[in-house]
Amino acid sequence: MQAVLKEFRAAWAFVERNFNLVKRYWKWEVVFFAYTVANSVTMGFIGKGVENFSGTKVDVNFLILYMLIGSILWGYLSILFEIVAETVAWERWEETIEYTFMAPVSRATHLLSVCLFSIFYGLVRSGLILLVVSWFFKLDLSGANFAGAAAILGVGSFSFIGLGMIAAILPLISPEKGVQVVHIFQALLLMFSGVYYEVEVLPAWMQTVAKLSPATYALQGMRASILDGQPFSALWSFTYPLLFMGAVMLPLGIFTFSKMERYAKKKGLLKRNG
Amino acid sequence: MLFKDEKIALSVKGISKTFQKHKNKTIKAVDNVSFEIFRGEVFGVLGPNGSGKSTLIRMISTLLIPDTGNILVFGFDAEKEANSVRNLVNRVSVEASFFKKLSAMENLLFTAGLYGISKAKAREELLRIFDRIGLSRKRIHDPLEDFSRGMQQKVAIARAFLTSPNLLLLDEPTTGLDPRAKKEVQALIQEVCKEHDTSILLTTHDMFEAEELCGRVAIFHEGKVQKMGEVMKLKAAIPGGPLVSLEDVFMHYTGTTLKEADSGFEEAETLQEVS
Repeated sequence: MQAVLKEFRAAWAFVERNFNLVKRYWKWEVVFFAYTVANSVTMGFIGKGVENFSGTKVDVNFLILYMLIGSILWGYLSILFEIVAETVAWERWEETIEYTFMAPVSRATHLLSVCLFSIFYGLVRSGLILLVVSWFFKLDLSGANFAGAAAILGVGSFSFIGLGMIAAILPLISPEKGVQVVHIFQALLLMFSGVYYEVEVLPAWMQTVAKLSPATYALQGMRASILDGQPFSALWSFTYPLLFMGAVMLPLGIFTFSKMERYAKKKGLLKRNG
Repeated sequence: MLFKDEKIALSVKGISKTFQKHKNKTIKAVDNVSFEIFRGEVFGVLGPNGSGKSTLIRMISTLLIPDTGNILVFGFDAEKEANSVRNLVNRVSVEASFFKKLSAMENLLFTAGLYGISKAKAREELLRIFDRIGLSRKRIHDPLEDFSRGMQQKVAIARAFLTSPNLLLLDEPTTGLDPRAKKEVQALIQEVCKEHDTSILLTTHDMFEAEELCGRVAIFHEGKVQKMGEVMKLKAAIPGGPLVSLEDVFMHYTGTTLKEADSGFEEAETLQEVS
């Protein structure tokens, strides 16, 4: 019981520390929020402009929302991956990494609590972006199933976290370029998953890869719940692959990170500044 | 079971660590080192910059895995039982590493959480530690970036004391401190050792500090223990002893002064950067 309480205290310490950091860097948070809103608005305008350059009548509201969902998921994944990857990168920059890694906390508790914070933070941020952007384009969201979309995003987060943990290895083994590679990893993931298009437009081999990506199901599920307003019962076909992938990727992420932590400790990579 | 071994706080047996620097260049930072620290003892590791002291501390802290040999902390293996070791050890290094935008309290409560200490207990304990080490309670909510180097180092010491470690690793804790802060930290080390059943491994290149605080010392040079023993006995064993200084003892066993060894290391570092 004492051991469980200890792990809970440690988990809360990570969540609270990240919250304190967001609070102290609030001006930068506003800047990055504005940047993500600008990106999403751009995507919205691409949707709006299709009718003009194609010359055919399209459902503009549908198209804008279609693009926005891709953009919001991109923003959500960026936050998730950034926070998880920065578990290593930020701590190395502040030189606190050795103190955190020598504390008597299991790596699973450490990583999962950071991820818990990133999910909460990512969901709040994505919700706010959707709110701002929908106001900007006067979107009709009356038929959207937001609870369903949030549930899809929540369920999908388990596998995203697993992938995030694997991505967090990169700054662990490459202090200089690891974080940048995480961005490449994220971009590839979304490219295969149909971020601004249906996966059916991809070449056959890319469609095969898309089936293995949790982002594919998260995007399809979110579009089904927001664009088509489908109820929870109809979202199962997207939920179960996400649950399955989460069950595989989450433990795989923790396992891989632990293995690479051992490698970093053998090679003396924890301390270097990048 | 708190300890597997009640008498030996730290046992280091035949540990070595080599780093690959470039394609064909390796550096043997620690070379077949063995020693023991008894419970309640302050043991000094004396050596110039680049002699492998910090690598040794990192291996004991479970942050580096030795290539050969083993490390036992109160009987627990640092590699195989790392979490048990982490419960018993804390460390103060030459850099006071904190989240600089966060306050002293926020940083220290984060540490308390990691070690499973409740907030109420941590707050109470921190105020006591702050009073003891001469840190103003008024500054406790100020961001660390507003603290002087000496004050940051004191907060680092508070962080280590907060977790009540049974083995405290002090890696040049007074480097860069003004003489007054240095004296305060040294007094604190002596107090902690006496009153809290804490065993201490102190690495330093300040010979006076080593003489003041340590019962036994190991002279470390080029990754190896050149000589080890009680300070008085080491001094008595060389020509001119026992009225010689620890600096003389260091020179006798390594063939170089600490200052020369330090500048040799800096020169090598500069050459490496240039090449």
